[in-house]
Amino acid sequence: MAGCIIEIEGLWTQFGSHVVHRDIDLSVRRGEIMSLVGGSGSGKTTLLRQMLGLEQPARGEVRVFGVPLHGGDQSRLRSLRNRWGMLFQEGALFSALTVFDNIALPLRELRALDEGLIHDLVMVKLEMVGIEPRHAAKMPSELSGGMIKRIALARAIALEPELLFLDEPTAGLDPDRSESFVKLIQELHRELDLTVVMVTHDLDTLVALSHRIAVLCEQRLVIVGTLDEVVANPHPFIGNFFMGERGRRALEAVKDMVLLT
Amino acid sequence: MSDAELQDFSAPYLQRTKIGGMQRCELGGAWNLHGLEPRLSELQPQLAECALDQRCEWDLRHVQMLDHAGAMLLWRVWGKHRVAQLLLRPEHEQIFDRFDLPPEPVPLHRPHDPFYGVVVLGQGVLSLVDHLLAVVMVLGQVVLDTLDLLRRPANIPWREISASIYRTGAQALGITALVGFLVGVVLSYLSAQQLKLFGADAFIINILGISVIRELGPVLAAILVAGRSGSAITAQLGVMRVTEELDAMAVMGIPHTLRLVMPKMFALALSMPLIILWTDGVALIGGMVSAHAQLDIGYVYFLSSLPDAVPIANLWLGLGKGIVFGSLIALIGCHFGLRIEPNTESLGIGTTNSVVTSITVVIIVDAIFAILFKDVGVG
Repeated sequence: MAGCIIEIEGLWTQFGSHVVHRDIDLSVRRGEIMSLVGGSGSGKTTLLRQMLGLEQPARGEVRVFGVPLHGGDQSRLRSLRNRWGMLFQEGALFSALTVFDNIALPLRELRALDEGLIHDLVMVKLEMVGIEPRHAAKMPSELSGGMIKRIALARAIALEPELLFLDEPTAGLDPDRSESFVKLIQELHRELDLTVVMVTHDLDTLVALSHRIAVLCEQRLVIVGTLDEVVANPHPFIGNFFMGERGRRALEAVKDMVLLT
Repeated sequence: MSDAELQDFSAPYLQRTKIGGMQRCELGGAWNLHGLEPRLSELQPQLAECALDQRCEWDLRHVQMLDHAGAMLLWRVWGKHRVAQLLLRPEHEQIFDRFDLPPEPVPLHRPHDPFYGVVVLGQGVLSLVDHLLAVVMVLGQVVLDTLDLLRRPANIPWREISASIYRTGAQALGITALVGFLVGVVLSYLSAQQLKLFGADAFIINILGISVIRELGPVLAAILVAGRSGSAITAQLGVMRVTEELDAMAVMGIPHTLRLVMPKMFALALSMPLIILWTDGVALIGGMVSAHAQLDIGYVYFLSSLPDAVPIANLWLGLGKGIVFGSLIALIGCHFGLRIEPNTESLGIGTTNSVVTSITVVIIVDAIFAILFKDVGVG
């Protein structure tokens, strides 16, 4: 299909006898923000890890930028890995490196850029995620959770990726921080022309960011569509997820926003 | 979109033209990190050359893609400011705006300190004092916990103690046997050659008996256990710190010393003498086999004259050392484990320090034993 960055066809994931995904088809279009939602243990993060090639599918195929993640040749896969970035839930900053070195690491790994250029690029990335330069020499253990997320995001976009994966981007942040983090992602999405795939539990984040939503339930993909299409679906999980007290509040907030603008 | 389509953007290129003394530099293709990476080494000198001419006109209108890496490359070539003659696609305009803010200099490297040596020495001494204080505190807490347990024996953590004995004792039997046997063989072999010169063959039993039972057995076993179990204890507690398990225990009101430190100290204090006994036995067997081969000393003669050659006090001394060594190894392992900070580097440093310290302490304490008990069990 034209314009698709990620294509998943007939994907099965299995751990031993435990089936996580059953025959999943999904495609992510260029430039959109796609959210994966589902109950705890429904395999959202596993699906994300499948798209990153961190898990082995039992059946089916995952193609990113048209390159099959499994069984393809290694050099193409390596160049593929420079075109995407991932923000892990806990940040996964290298605890032995300073903030600066964490962001510089992927740039240094290219072995093509000189140290001065790397320095300036890291500083731009830090500025983009709103971290002051004085924090650059700190170690990750000296930082708060919100800062770690921002720096991990700076590392994820260090290689100017076209595709960004986010695993629970706002989990563990207070409401104020998570709102500014959502704004940051929106800004980066606009500025860097990114395609974003995101796993989230947080309804406010989901509603604020997603262009399309994929709902995972009972090993299958229930529906893929815009917020309105998903909410209109009669599936009981969707009813509980969006039409509960919290869900309705988040949806109403969006409607208010739409009316205001 | 297929991979081929995405690669459609042409490689970055640079074209220099001179029209009537005016230099013109035309850039085109994909000036992004992906496209630049393979061609950077040839493009960079060309760019620098163009930038030498202040009045050079830069035409970026044919640039298909421009990202921060490409823009930053140009920005640095221009001397970190916008050049006067710049033709740009409107969508690329905002990328340079971000660079316009003057970034404050970052002190990534600490300035040179003339008193560096003194400061390092002072920090070393202070850290030694700090470690000693912390060890004493942990030890004190263990003693208090033990006294408390004596009053309420139902709370004694038997399961932890028994698991520790299995891990530190039973599972160490193989390696201590191997090392003990080989050391016995080597010692006996080398001594036998010397003794043969003087015709003092029978003294091999004295030499082997005293050195193995009094000194080599306990120290060898302690060093092996310090490397094996000491590092395991430190790493285990360190990972528990990283995963916040230690905090979880503290929240539940379970003291670390009671559930983690004390069982390990008791277990090692108990299993260490047993391991020493085992190492002694195997080392003597090794020595006996070697003595039989070299000096033709019979097994029965060797065994029957061993009690006469070695006063029994040496065995008690060796086993007593074992109790002290065992407790110290566990204490030091726990001390370093509890001090590990939640990052991977600290885990590595802590484990190394723990092993090095416990081996050093074992040898220091052994020297103290040698001086204190110099009149016991010899002659």
